[in-house]
Amino acid sequence: MSASATPAPAATAPRAPLTKKVLTADHPTWCPGCGDFAVLAAFYKVLEKLNYPQEKIVTFAGIGCSSRFPYFVNSHGGHYIHGRALPFAAGISLGGDDLHVFVFGGDGDGFSIGGNHLVHTARKNPRLTYVIMDNSVYGLTKKQTSPTSPLGFKSKTDPWGAFDQPINPMRTLINSGATFVARSHATQVNHMVEMMLRAAQHDGFSVVEILSECVEFFEGAFDSSVPRKGGTFQAIELKKNDGTPEDAARHDPTDELAAFQLALEPWPGKFGVYYENKQRPTKNALEQKLIAATREKNKHASDLELLQKTFARMR
Amino acid sequence: MVSNSSSATPEGSKSAAGAPRSLNDVVIRLAGNSQDGIQAVGGFLARLAGRSAQEVMTYMTIPSTISGGPSIFQVRMGTGDILSAGDRADVLVAFYQHSYEHHRASLRPGGVLLYDSDHVQPNPDDHEVTAVGVPFTSATVEAVGGSAKEKGKNIYVLGLLARMFDLNVAKLTQLIKERFGGKNEDIVRNALLAFDAGYAYPAENLQQCLYRLEEPAPAPGARPQVTTDGNSAISYGLIAAGVRYGAAYPITPWSSIMETLRTELPKYGGIFVQCEDEIAAISTALGFSYSGNLAITGSSGPGLSLKAEALGWAVMAEIPLIVVNIQRGGPSTGLPTNIEQSDLMQAIYGSHGDAPRVVLAPATVEDCFYISLEAARIAREFSTPVIILSDQALATRIEAFDEPDLPKLMVEAKPDRTPRDAAFKPYPLDTPTRHAPPGAIMGSGKYPIVTGLEHDELGHPTANPALHAQMTAKRREKIKAVANTYAAPEVFGDQEGDLLLVGWGCTYGPIHEAVGRLQASGVKVGHLQIRHIHPLDNGLEQIFAKYQHVRVVEINDEGLYGHGQLTTLLRARFCDPKIQSITKTDGLTFRVSEIVERVAKNLGLTTIKTGARSHSVLAAPRA
Repeated sequence: MSASATPAPAATAPRAPLTKKVLTADHPTWCPGCGDFAVLAAFYKVLEKLNYPQEKIVTFAGIGCSSRFPYFVNSHGGHYIHGRALPFAAGISLGGDDLHVFVFGGDGDGFSIGGNHLVHTARKNPRLTYVIMDNSVYGLTKKQTSPTSPLGFKSKTDPWGAFDQPINPMRTLINSGATFVARSHATQVNHMVEMMLRAAQHDGFSVVEILSECVEFFEGAFDSSVPRKGGTFQAIELKKNDGTPEDAARHDPTDELAAFQLALEPWPGKFGVYYENKQRPTKNALEQKLIAATREKNKHASDLELLQKTFARMR
Repeated sequence: MVSNSSSATPEGSKSAAGAPRSLNDVVIRLAGNSQDGIQAVGGFLARLAGRSAQEVMTYMTIPSTISGGPSIFQVRMGTGDILSAGDRADVLVAFYQHSYEHHRASLRPGGVLLYDSDHVQPNPDDHEVTAVGVPFTSATVEAVGGSAKEKGKNIYVLGLLARMFDLNVAKLTQLIKERFGGKNEDIVRNALLAFDAGYAYPAENLQQCLYRLEEPAPAPGARPQVTTDGNSAISYGLIAAGVRYGAAYPITPWSSIMETLRTELPKYGGIFVQCEDEIAAISTALGFSYSGNLAITGSSGPGLSLKAEALGWAVMAEIPLIVVNIQRGGPSTGLPTNIEQSDLMQAIYGSHGDAPRVVLAPATVEDCFYISLEAARIAREFSTPVIILSDQALATRIEAFDEPDLPKLMVEAKPDRTPRDAAFKPYPLDTPTRHAPPGAIMGSGKYPIVTGLEHDELGHPTANPALHAQMTAKRREKIKAVANTYAAPEVFGDQEGDLLLVGWGCTYGPIHEAVGRLQASGVKVGHLQIRHIHPLDNGLEQIFAKYQHVRVVEINDEGLYGHGQLTTLLRARFCDPKIQSITKTDGLTFRVSEIVERVAKNLGLTTIKTGARSHSVLAAPRA
């Protein structure tokens, strides 16, 4: 790797562009046929396109099949505890404002044990991207009902068929206040690349839910949106504001109510950008603004001067 | 207004009229309701003592109700070593009948009962103390004006006390101006009106109880004294240690640290995040630490329980972190506003699996500052979570101490993003882990993953039996090695003899004073305060060997096997049956006399005088 030869970070020597080869790390532990392979392949493509300095990419995850993701990407990263990767990643993003932080996880990690963190991370809007690989089943623990398992799904914990109402991820995410919400499908590589790319370029908390089939424990879960299995993949067409009559029918992602209506469409629903809010400042920006204002107010005093002043007041 | 009690009691407190008697140690207990601002009065007295180079120690209780409820604030000021807030009071200021009734017993014979005659009717047959009734409430309303209602009567009382003890009025009014200066001018003006009215209370009504608290000349070359509470000392200790990032969730009595850091850190270019829960808080803090900025999270007992899983991850992934735990009474919600030292085992062992981490316990308010520096040093040097185990008593009490030498102590810390060479391993078996934070270029071209799975030296997951044993040993030996970096423990008092009193946390002061009293009765006794709970200091067995008995004084239960939590640890570590406990679980700090009495009973010593001075210093010397 050329970067390894350069002694200083961000050296002037031109870097070789990021390639799949450079980005590949451990061989995935997923079952053959798992939808997550396609998500990983699409993510390599996204990173190739973004071509960030490799050392500034961070991939992070909680626990689950899909949460093994960071081991397979050659970037700084980590594998945290179940359901808590988002607040950890918020710390990374706020602690290193120049880093590009990606969090990967599944439906159990994100919507069940980590449900509260999803809502509050959305509320805080730190600059990071969250990819949820939703297979509607607990795979790593071998087929228990997940928060997105459909009614009637027969699992080891609901052998007679699940009867707890599943979560509607799009509805949950829009309602949480996430500033970028999109949905994609592991069988649609180009669509995944486009969605993850847009998410990464969004200034704020961006979430992409990707339906990613578990061939072992919930085969055929998403066939109704797979054309070669007889389903239809309905992509969301976004408004172009070109004044044409057909544009009126297109989706305006800044319209929260329209996004909500899209989310309420019957299964399998549509795929694409549901919601995008470019107005809300990020927590990164708000904290930096607070720091700048506070330092200004304190006349940019040095750390020592500030603390000495505090102790002088205690005399 | 002064009830004439002198004729009835030999300890009657009639001093020569007009000639204030000189004192060098006095305990004032203010008893009222939590919204009366008695903490503010206590705070002013403590700050004044600090500015006068006097020693000072305070103690307070606050109810866990949202507003109201009985509350006390006790201040002990003096010129000698003040190590505890005093077992009993010389002056009781009673705002209400219930304050009088509940706290009359805390007043030493010969002491002064100063009560609000608008609200309190003391027992007319009580001639043991001098009762002085002053209409705090109506006099304050008269001084400040009707609209202020009862607000300001605390400051009126401060004025009264200033008159009684001939306190430095210039310094006090300066403190009042500083305290209220940021608010609107009316508030400062009203406070000063109330103070002046209290101070101007006709002296002839107080003439039997006018005293002068000695104001020592500051020692030449002495550092100025600062006065603050334990939670503030931890907050500013962390700032001095270069900690600039943190995250937490509110819980009593931890919250004041997060409030301070949330408002202070932006000045230093840092960020403190209030999170949705305790787990998110430790997670965000770990994210900060992972990004290369040693971070702090904190809580009180219930919150530490919630953080346990993530703490275990930090041990496994070897991420540095500071976790402050301000102990309160447990289990469960327990006694949220009382002191207990019952989280020691949770701090050391609370996590699944073998998860060794460092646990430190500050002994005094001053030590809260220095132990924060030590915690940060250890966390960085050993890439490990470090728990600072403070408690409710240390957190809320105010002490005066020498201003720290900040230019010498300040630590500057930035993420180390220098490129790592090709030999870099995140989890080497033979050298300490030093993580490469994101932003650092990896010379090998292989980027590291920090992980909670058992791993090999490069961080790859593995269930290899030999490797799990080796990595477990590495994490254990790393923590053991921390003890080699400690300053040697010091024993106060007799360096060998009959008895070693061992303490940790807020028991420092009362144990110290107990040593003096036991020595006065002829017992050869030493005091060892353990600040390094886990790992323990090296060489403790040599210290224990010099004494016939070892008694560990701690505020927790004796448990199923008859020993407090630190005692259990010490017995397990040293297999020495002479190590025994003195424990209690009443939610209050140890009084000196309690320790002395328990020691006497415990060791069968019959000749010990257990009491402190039984009569108030305010009582007139017998003719």
